[in-house]
Amino acid sequence: MDQGLFSYLLRQGDSCLILGHRLSEWCGHAPQLELDIALANIALDLTGQADAFLGLAAEVEGQGRDADALAFHRDVLDYRNLLLVELPNEDFGLTIARQFLFDAWQVEFYGALARSSDQRVAALAAKGLREATYHERFSGEWLVRLGDGTDESHARAQAAIDELWTYTGEMFECDALVAGLVERGIAPDHRGLKAAWDARVADVLAEATLRRPADGWMQSGGLKGRHGEALGHLLAEMQFLPRAYPGARW
Amino acid sequence: MYTQGLNIEAGDKSIPLEDRNSALMQRFQSRIDAEEKVEPTDWMPEGYRKTLIRQISQHAHSEIVGMLPEGNWITRAPSLRRKMILLAKVQDEGGHGLYLYSAAETLGISRAELIDQLLTGKAKYSSIFNYPTPTWADVGAIGWLVDGAAIMNQVPLCRCSYGPYARAMIRVCKEESFHQRQGYEIMIALSQGTAEQKRMAQEALNRWWWPSLMMFGPSDAASLHSSQNMAWKIKRVSNDELRQKFVDVTVPQAEFLGLTVPDPDLRWNGETGHYEFGEIDWTEFNQVLAGNGPCNRDRMKKRRKAHDDGAWVREAALAHAEKRRARQAMTAAAAE
Repeated sequence: MDQGLFSYLLRQGDSCLILGHRLSEWCGHAPQLELDIALANIALDLTGQADAFLGLAAEVEGQGRDADALAFHRDVLDYRNLLLVELPNEDFGLTIARQFLFDAWQVEFYGALARSSDQRVAALAAKGLREATYHERFSGEWLVRLGDGTDESHARAQAAIDELWTYTGEMFECDALVAGLVERGIAPDHRGLKAAWDARVADVLAEATLRRPADGWMQSGGLKGRHGEALGHLLAEMQFLPRAYPGARW
Repeated sequence: MYTQGLNIEAGDKSIPLEDRNSALMQRFQSRIDAEEKVEPTDWMPEGYRKTLIRQISQHAHSEIVGMLPEGNWITRAPSLRRKMILLAKVQDEGGHGLYLYSAAETLGISRAELIDQLLTGKAKYSSIFNYPTPTWADVGAIGWLVDGAAIMNQVPLCRCSYGPYARAMIRVCKEESFHQRQGYEIMIALSQGTAEQKRMAQEALNRWWWPSLMMFGPSDAASLHSSQNMAWKIKRVSNDELRQKFVDVTVPQAEFLGLTVPDPDLRWNGETGHYEFGEIDWTEFNQVLAGNGPCNRDRMKKRRKAHDDGAWVREAALAHAEKRRARQAMTAAAAE
């Protein structure tokens, strides 16, 4: 089994799955009907991307598992998502800031991954890029509205960016796993995505009249299975049925 | 998801009675009789306009409140496929709400006013959404029974005399038939599954059967003003006819699933070619409409919370749009 590729695919699938889940929590509770629809739409795209990445991971693993087995029958220690995406929604400001920071990364990431030497991976990235481009436009526009809206919305948006900044470093980590795949031409060097991400984020923050926090200490660990406390609750909810009724088909 | 036969209440004075013999009224009626569509800019009787605002907005509110019982299972859907289908379905309901509000707006009322009517309890929504979804099988039962009943009711509305509503209904009905199929497919999986899953499916049918029959509204004998709505072709088929059609279609589907319809009086009548069924508990129906269903309070609490929590976001969007306009005006002035 190609352990490196398997683990890398899990990282992408898990980040999409967990962020999609967080967005889906808004469905029926958003500030206005158009936002209910838009957030559900992005959740749907991300869940679809998760399904595709986890499906490919299962295929690479070749142990008879499928995307559902990977999604519903792994616990916190085996999840490989970014810490950023597992953070609870809190309010719409934090949800949008989290989404924008992730989307701006995902656009750069998929753009680079679409040139992967593995055709299956490249195809998933190319499809994901179209969706991520739309997501970034949505989250960027909303961040501008909130930042350059009322005093309250500005304060909330700034607080969200400040709170989330420490989780952004993990998106650009290039550990031994990534380095091995970079050598094989399968993955891009994640460090190389930082400059373009910085530029995208700087543009939108400036338009939103928000201050870019300094790059201080960065949280890390999600990609290696070291998570915060919120993920366990999310998984307990998400995995309830398949766990409570082992072997049942739905 | 659904409009209900609760659009006119006893003693309601807000729907004016028009002079049926005026020339305008006669012309209006002859257009309706000729199956012409009434469009927003056309003259229409005040009673027609108010009845439609009420019916379309109740329908829109039902879509919005209807997102809650199924939304309750989005984060717990048992597979990625089920999760995506359910997300798409609930998103569709939001979309239905959106274009129904737009259809209502063509009659001279704003979405903000309509939402205010919902949140203050002035406007009603379908009684069915005041029942809880404690198990996954409830998601299946809603798709199968509630959306199934909605289709029965809404297909005739595609021929409603008011153009914008009729056109919205055509699109809604297409999506509802997908919803109904996904619900029935969930029920098939459960009824072919483990003993625990079959139990879940049967219990859900037990809980949703009677409320689904109530969705068609009071029996024709007790239905007020329905003859006027029939003449105006806002309503085209009576409550009891639709209910009978629903029972006739649904009972064989329950049999296919191997589930028992919770009605000891249910039997096939070979002579009429219809199923006979037991008496509906109208006391329960009226109590749910009056606000005493199991979830009325919770549904409205959640809608109000979403609205209140989101106020700062809507204010920010307005403030930002205003700032943009002001900046553009300044730039334009500087260029002159």
